[in-house]
Amino acid sequence: MNDFFTVAIITATLASGIRLAVPFLLAALGEAVGQRAGVLNLGVEGVMLIGAFAAYYTALESGSAAFGLLMGLVTGMVMGLIYAFITVVMHAEQGISGIGIYLFGLGFTDLLFQKQVGTPRPISGLQAKPLNWLAEDTGRAGELLFSHTILTYVAFLLVPVIYWLITKTTFGLNVRAVGENPQAADTLGVSVNGIRTAAIVIGNTMAGLAGAALALEIGIFQQNLTAGRGFIAIALVYFGAWRPVGVMTGSLLFGIVSSTVLQLQVQDVISGSVASIANMAPAVLTVIVLVVVSRRIGQPAALTRPFTRDG
Amino acid sequence: MLKMADNQQAFSDGHDIGRYFRPFAGLVVPAAAVIAALAVGAILLGVFGANPLTGYRELFTGAFGGPDELAATALKSIPLMLVGVGICIAFRTGVINIGGEGQIIMGAILATLVALALPDVPRPVLVPLVMIAGGIGGGIWGAIPGALKAYSGVNEILSTIMMNIIAGFFMSFLLEDWLIEPGAIRIQQTKRLTQNADLPILPGGTRLHLGIVVALIVAILAYLLLFRSSLGMRLRAVGHNPHASRASGMKVEMSITQALAFSGACAGIAGAVLVFGSESHRLIGEGGPLAFTQSAGFNGIVTALFGGLHPLFTVLSSYLFGGMLAGGISLQRAVQVPQALVIALNGVVVVFVVGSLKLRTRVQRWAEGDIQMEDRA
Repeated sequence: MNDFFTVAIITATLASGIRLAVPFLLAALGEAVGQRAGVLNLGVEGVMLIGAFAAYYTALESGSAAFGLLMGLVTGMVMGLIYAFITVVMHAEQGISGIGIYLFGLGFTDLLFQKQVGTPRPISGLQAKPLNWLAEDTGRAGELLFSHTILTYVAFLLVPVIYWLITKTTFGLNVRAVGENPQAADTLGVSVNGIRTAAIVIGNTMAGLAGAALALEIGIFQQNLTAGRGFIAIALVYFGAWRPVGVMTGSLLFGIVSSTVLQLQVQDVISGSVASIANMAPAVLTVIVLVVVSRRIGQPAALTRPFTRDG
Repeated sequence: MLKMADNQQAFSDGHDIGRYFRPFAGLVVPAAAVIAALAVGAILLGVFGANPLTGYRELFTGAFGGPDELAATALKSIPLMLVGVGICIAFRTGVINIGGEGQIIMGAILATLVALALPDVPRPVLVPLVMIAGGIGGGIWGAIPGALKAYSGVNEILSTIMMNIIAGFFMSFLLEDWLIEPGAIRIQQTKRLTQNADLPILPGGTRLHLGIVVALIVAILAYLLLFRSSLGMRLRAVGHNPHASRASGMKVEMSITQALAFSGACAGIAGAVLVFGSESHRLIGEGGPLAFTQSAGFNGIVTALFGGLHPLFTVLSSYLFGGMLAGGISLQRAVQVPQALVIALNGVVVVFVVGSLKLRTRVQRWAEGDIQMEDRA
């Protein structure tokens, strides 16, 4: 029992929690942008799988993790354009078409993996880039915060960036306008469908990146690699009440709970059955938060409503 | 113009998914969606160097080529039918149930516990008992997000997703320790459950078991509930327009909770069938929840949409999709393209079905000579 409560292990556990939070954070931030524009993307899980496979396969063939990351990003962008076409242009029910995207991603990546790769072959992921100039002076805290891969820094840097994008820029104002009252925005000459398409593409690109981050972190691909993380990311948007900082808090919660449970299990502090209960905790907490949040903070008023000038 | 605005309002407030079941939609759209999906599949088969025609011929023969194939297809279709029929009830009430996976698992768990507790109850009693236990387990797991939506305004899409995750970990919690088969090999599965709970094999020399009868009975009951009972009338009224229903004195909250409870119960029965109709007659958690449920919680949404959200048509469409799953194995054997292709194509079908709604409205309006109005949208 005592073994766990050493500073070194706690630091390592927290640091690994931060790494595990990255896919949640990237996917949930992206989903938040789309939802602020009034579009629910329930297909995050599928897009993450596609991004993860693209990153894995590219890294496997080219030997470059960075190139893999780029391909994850690009496939996410393509999926964004497809999803925008389905929901914005064709007005598909968003809750259901997202499930279609999920099933497509689940089956398609499994298909490609079995056909192109076959047996699981590990890839070398992204190398950690310790920011020595920051880490040296700050001791344990520095090790905790500044010993990660570039992608981790980028993911957390995106929190203020997305906040700035949504609240301080004209684009963000338009995003919020088409998410709250598309008719009014349209009257003012804002292209509702254009803004929504842009928001969806941003969201899906980040979902693709999230999948790539996951594949490169784990260093392997398998069927259903994401194992529900994309769905959790959607819940985190509600958990964080559509605000980047709230989304980050939720992502860190899920990341740190998983890393702590894993560490406790490795150290034999808790049994597998206790670990299952502990892993359940963030989901239970999310439901409780949903109950509290639903009364207090409203979602974007036009969420899931396709835009028509009549409606 | 006013009528259309009303339509929009109903849609945005209550997910008026009943739109998918307008007469015109019933035939043309699903057919077009399947043709489109098969075209996508043909392209994929071609890309992988397989002859699409050979592939599809194998798929068809593997699904419907003889008594054994027809039986295998029926077996694959049972969970889809049960989940799909449940989805019909939820969607028609304007509630989106993404929680089929969790409801299957909780139904399977409760049914397993009943079989473990009462191993000596005679078969004619125990088999119905475990099916009912499955229904209750899934029903409770559906009623919770239903009540949360109705009384606390919690988005059911999110809560059902969370309930899936919770159920998955709950199953692995039970199978890690309490319910695991005693012995040296620690696989996450129960011991072989009592033979008194085995679903009897139907006569005819195939592997088909009583589960198909259970699924058909549930589908007929769901049809009677939705279209031949006052309870079902209230559910559909709430799905069509919750505000009008409330104004006319209906207990909207109660209807929403009931709808998700019924929906979950159907999925829960599917969970019981997956345990007691399986070859191993165990609850198996090894390989994760998706391996146990075979994604039926999601695929059931596909079959329900494809069946126009009508329980009886959902039975037919489930049989068709069961055929895709069963035939996928032959396809893999014949042209070396993994059967995962079928799951991907299911996704494409969903996207085409829900994505063609606007087109369909246009065509319908055009047929009614009313195109000018739609042009503005």
